[in-house]
Amino acid sequence: MSRPGTRIAAAFARCRAEGRAALVTFVTGGDPTPADTGAILDALVEGGADVIELGMPFTDPMADGKAIQLANIRSLGSGTKTPDLFAIATAFRARHPATPLVLMGYANPMVRRGPQWFADACTAAGVDGVICVDLPPEEDAELGPVLRAAGIDIISLATPTTDAARLPAVLDHASGFLYYVSVAGITGQQQAAVDDIAAAVARLKAGTDLPVAVGFGVRTPEQAAAIATHADGVVVGSAIVDIIGEHGANAAPLVRDKVASLRAAIDKSIKAVA
Amino acid sequence: MTATTTLPNSLRSQPDARGHFGEFGGRYVAETLMPLILDLEREYRAAKQDPAFKAEFDELLRQYVGRPNPLYFAERLTENLGGAKIYLKREELNHTGAHKINNCIGQILLAKRMGKTRIIAETGAGQHGVATATVAALFNIPCTIFMGAVDVERQKPNVFRMKLLGAEVRAVESGTRTLKDAMNEALRDWVANVHDTFYIIGTAAGPHPYPELVRDFQSVIGKEAREQILEAEGRLPDMLVACVGGGSNAIGLFHPFLDDTDVQMVGVEAAGHGLDDLHAASLAGGSPGILHGNKTYLLQDEDGQIADAHSISAGLDYPGIGPEHSWLHSIGRVRYEPVTDDEALAAFQKLCKLEGIIPALESSHALAVLERIAPALGKDKIIVVSLSGRGDKDIFSVAQALGVEL
Repeated sequence: MSRPGTRIAAAFARCRAEGRAALVTFVTGGDPTPADTGAILDALVEGGADVIELGMPFTDPMADGKAIQLANIRSLGSGTKTPDLFAIATAFRARHPATPLVLMGYANPMVRRGPQWFADACTAAGVDGVICVDLPPEEDAELGPVLRAAGIDIISLATPTTDAARLPAVLDHASGFLYYVSVAGITGQQQAAVDDIAAAVARLKAGTDLPVAVGFGVRTPEQAAAIATHADGVVVGSAIVDIIGEHGANAAPLVRDKVASLRAAIDKSIKAVA
Repeated sequence: MTATTTLPNSLRSQPDARGHFGEFGGRYVAETLMPLILDLEREYRAAKQDPAFKAEFDELLRQYVGRPNPLYFAERLTENLGGAKIYLKREELNHTGAHKINNCIGQILLAKRMGKTRIIAETGAGQHGVATATVAALFNIPCTIFMGAVDVERQKPNVFRMKLLGAEVRAVESGTRTLKDAMNEALRDWVANVHDTFYIIGTAAGPHPYPELVRDFQSVIGKEAREQILEAEGRLPDMLVACVGGGSNAIGLFHPFLDDTDVQMVGVEAAGHGLDDLHAASLAGGSPGILHGNKTYLLQDEDGQIADAHSISAGLDYPGIGPEHSWLHSIGRVRYEPVTDDEALAAFQKLCKLEGIIPALESSHALAVLERIAPALGKDKIIVVSLSGRGDKDIFSVAQALGVEL
C-alpha cells in the first residue's frame, strides 16, 4: 500500500539507498509555546531527522510516559489550540518542502471538528501522515476513510502483543510506514532487548513491504544505532522532549545537537539486512 | 431525537458485535491493549454460558454481599412529596455500602478465570477502590488502586480502608489529579503489565466489553427490583430514577426494564454549581467524543480537550458517561435531568430526617429530582429509586458544605 512519490515513501527510499535507517523524531506541538515550535522543528531537520512527528497535545495522553505528559501540559498551558498546530505545520511545510511531516496524537482532538475537517486541514497544511494512538484497526472507520481519500498516510502501530492472528488486520490499514512499538508500555520508559526487536521486525517485514520504524524507549545514540541495524527507521521522542522540558524556549540548539548525535550513530550503523 | 424505524426490536440487545451502542461505545484503545480486550471478550462470552460461573457469582452475591437487598416503600418521603409512591432499592445495604461490589464480584471471577495474578483499578471517591480491594482480599490477589492525589487528600478514610484491606494505593500526580487522571494512570499501568494484570473498571464505561459486562453484573439491581415490585404492587413501576456518573447503578436498574415501554426512566446527572458554571453533566452540557476507550458524551472544549468536571459528589465527578446512556439519551428512551450540589444536599438531609437513612451524595442526586417529579405524578403512580450507596463516607463533605466543623 506504499505509494511511491509521497514524501514519506521518498524519505525511506532515500535512506535505503544510502544504506541506513531513517531517523524519525517526535516533539509535542506548542511545547513550550506555539511560537517556539517552528525553531525546534527546524533544529530536528538541521540535526538530520528524516521524518518529523508533530504531537497534537491532549489533556489525557494515556499512552504516554512522564516526559510527553509534561510536554502536553506545557503546550496546553501556553494556550495551544488545534488551529495553532496546523499553522505550525503550514509554516514548516513552506520552509521544508521535502521533509515528511506526521501528526501524532489521540483520537478526540482529531475528530472533534469532524473527520473531514481534520483531513482537509491536514491536506491544506501539507501533512503527510497521521498516527492516532487510540484508533486500532477495529475503529478505522472513524478517521481512516477520509484520510485515505485525501492521500494522507495512516501509520499503523504494531506492538509486542500484536500476534499473528491480528497482524493482517493491522497491516490491512497501514500505509506510509509501520510503527513498531517495541515495548508493551508507555512512551519514554524501558527499552526492549535488541534481539527481541530484531525478531519482531523480521516477523513484521514478512507480512508487509512497508518500511518498519521502531520506537518507545529509544534514548541514546547507542540504542538508536543498535536498532538501526535491524529496522528501516528509529523513532526518538521522549529524549528530545526532555531537552525541551529542561531548556524551554532555548532548547533548539541543544535539540539540534542531540538529533545530530543520534543521526551520526545511525549513519555508522551497518544494516544487518538489506 | 425521537425513536426511528432503525431501532432494534429489543432495546436490550445492545451492543453490536463491535461493541457499539448506536454510534457510541467501541474500542478506542492503543494496539497493545487490543489483544487483551479481545481475550476478555472471549472469556466473558464463555463465562456467560458457564452455569458454574453464574452459580459462583450468585452465591457470592447472596452470602457475601447480602443480596437480595430490600425494595423499601418510603412512606414518609412519599407523604412529604405528596404524589407518587416512592420505593427505594436499597443498594446501600450491600457489603461495602454501595452497588459497586456487584460489579467487582463479577470481574474478579473473570480475572480468576483468565488466570490473572494482579488486579488494578481506578477510583474517585474511593468507593470502587474499596470494593475492588475487598474482592482482591477475598480472592487473595495483589491489588493496586490508582487514585488522583487530590482525591487521596480529600478521601482519607477510604484510602485507609483500602490499605487495611491490603491494597496498594498509588496517588496520581498527573493532569488534574482526579478520577480521569487515575483512569489514565491505570491504563498506563495496564498497558505495561498486560501479561498478568486484570483491570477492574468501576463503571459501565471504557472499551468494549466493559460497558456490557459491568451492566450485566449490575443488572441484578433491576432484576431484583422487578420481582420485588411485582410482589409488592402486582405491577411494574411507572418510573425508575437513578443517578448517573459513569452510570453503572442506573444502567443496572434500567436495563431489565428497557423493553417495558410503560416504564419511564430518569437518569440524574450532577449539575454541580449549575450548568452555566462548573458541573459534571456530560449529556446536558457536553458533546460526543472519544475518551478512555469509548465514544460517548464528554465535557470538552472546541479542540476536544477534556474539561474539568465538578460535583460535590466525588463519585459523579467525571467528565464522561457510559456509552449506553449516551445511546439511550440519543434515542429518547431515558430522560436525563441535571441536579445541582445544593439540590442534592437538601435531598440528603431530607432522607436522613424522614426515613432515618443517610444516603450517599451520589444517590442524593436521584432523590433530589423527585422534588420536581413525584408531586406532579398521581398517588396511584409508582417510582422506584436506586439508593445506590450509603452516605457515611460523605459526612465530611456535607459538614463542610453546611458550614459545620467536626
